Amino acid sequence: MNKRQILVIDDESQIRKLLEITLSTNDFDVKLAENGLEGIRYAATFQPDLIMLDLGLPDIDGQKVLQQLREWYLNPIMILSVKSEESEIVKALDNGANDYLIKPFRTQELLARVRSHMRNHIKEASEPVITSSNFSIDLIARIVKVNNEEVKLTQTEFNLLAILAKNEGKVLTHQYLLKEIWGKSYSDQTQYLRVFVAQLRKKIEKDANHPEMILTESGIGYRFILT
Amino acid sequence: MFSRTSNPNNQYIFSIILVVLISLVCFAFKDIIGYKVIAFILLVTVSFVAMFYRIVPTLLAAVLSALIWNFFFIKPYYTFHIGNTEDKFMFFMYFVIALINAVLTFKIRQIERIANEKESKLQSIKLYNTLLDSLSHELKTPIAAIIGSTDALQSNAIMTENQKEKLLEEISIASLRLNNQVENLLNMSRLESGVIVAKMDWVDVNEIVYEVIRALKIKSYTQKIVVTATENLPLFKLDYGLTEHVIYNLLNNAIIYTPEKSTITINLSYSENTLQIIILDEGNGFPEDEIAFVFDKFYRLKNSRPGGSGLGLSIVKGFVEAQNGTVTLENRVEGGAKFIIKIKTEVSKFNPTENE
Repeated sequence: MNKRQILVIDDESQIRKLLEITLSTNDFDVKLAENGLEGIRYAATFQPDLIMLDLGLPDIDGQKVLQQLREWYLNPIMILSVKSEESEIVKALDNGANDYLIKPFRTQELLARVRSHMRNHIKEASEPVITSSNFSIDLIARIVKVNNEEVKLTQTEFNLLAILAKNEGKVLTHQYLLKEIWGKSYSDQTQYLRVFVAQLRKKIEKDANHPEMILTESGIGYRFILT
Repeated sequence: MFSRTSNPNNQYIFSIILVVLISLVCFAFKDIIGYKVIAFILLVTVSFVAMFYRIVPTLLAAVLSALIWNFFFIKPYYTFHIGNTEDKFMFFMYFVIALINAVLTFKIRQIERIANEKESKLQSIKLYNTLLDSLSHELKTPIAAIIGSTDALQSNAIMTENQKEKLLEEISIASLRLNNQVENLLNMSRLESGVIVAKMDWVDVNEIVYEVIRALKIKSYTQKIVVTATENLPLFKLDYGLTEHVIYNLLNNAIIYTPEKSTITINLSYSENTLQIIILDEGNGFPEDEIAFVFDKFYRLKNSRPGGSGLGLSIVKGFVEAQNGTVTLENRVEGGAKFIIKIKTEVSKFNPTENE
């Protein structure tokens, strides 16, 4: 089987080295670019399966690189950045990033995220049923099962869960979810989201206080993980 | 009236009033006390003004009193003309003494002020050095551990797998500690530069608490963290990130400083529009005479264990206050510390799910 290819765009040589070793020892083919221009060029040349992008690049602002890549590049883009400001992260997600990791990050976490993005991208977008060992959601029949037992969800709860599940592994911002489910005029009504997420967790998580599927991205949004 | 901070314009008015008042009193008794004694009384008045006022009002008092003395008290009266040579000489001397008086007093005060400034500067340098000492210790210890361990691993010394593992573990602990310190320093400087503006939005405080507990898992602590909350705790308008940090710092402290396997309790409740977060532990509590200082920047308890930066609690205070809240600390009667956070904010009991 062909190795999956990852392009790392980062100006810090230590980070490039670290990622090269970590990723290649985990069976990925790694390409390295040290600035934005080189990154965009390599992305076009190699068509990698995933791009890791640093936001603080010497030549072009990382957000701009992201926007330019997203004009034609469809595979997952993960942001790696030392900037932890919520507004910066939300902006990157709005610009089309699938995920973000703040430096310093743990290697295990990084690999888990990479694998989840690779897995999801192979899946066909039109697949109507999303399943794992103890969870399934049928997007057409609108049926949710936990441990093979059907769970009764309200219409809004189902819509929320469906949009999360369709974007497994991807961080969805509060604003995005509110707009998608309740409409544009609700984009700052976060209380809707908080209440429905809490309800949904009570119905599908083993322990709503320690969620394993609907994860909180502090101050930013939510991410769905198939367990 | 004589406060040094008084309005400069008032200083002119008051020094004129004072000189005129004293002169009037002297004028009433001029037949009894004689004009030479009056000269001394007026000089004392000028000195008095010099003690409290700035140089220009003092000079004004000096000139005015000299003129008054000449006009009303030296023969011939009610004219600036002076009859005999001795009086002319005395008037000249009066004038000089009054001016010297004013200038000297002013200079003394100036020197005094410079000395004061120097001393407070020295004190702040001393304080700064203590802070720098503790800070460089906290930063350099983990760096030393990392450099030392990597050197050992890179050397050709023969090591068992177990020993290698231990060195790697050291590096890992040290880098986490370093990361924590840097995070604290960055937060402190963000707080001090005033760039932190609370972004108040609806949050589920329960969710924040459990997120923090999840994040603390890598610390592999042995204490038991118990969450107790009012049933159906409503949503509150808070800054998610700041509140998360506050709870993290307090729980992290409790984990570091309380006995193994003891219980840490976090209680969430509210009344009307105030959220109350209480964190209780079963440690030794804080020395009563130091409680007032624990939220101060860089303050370390006198006999505290190494490992902290002295910033954690001051960040807690800063982040709570950025949300218009208060944080207080007291010792529990049954032993241990009790942190109480109160944030007055909007509360939402609304439940959109009921309509479905």
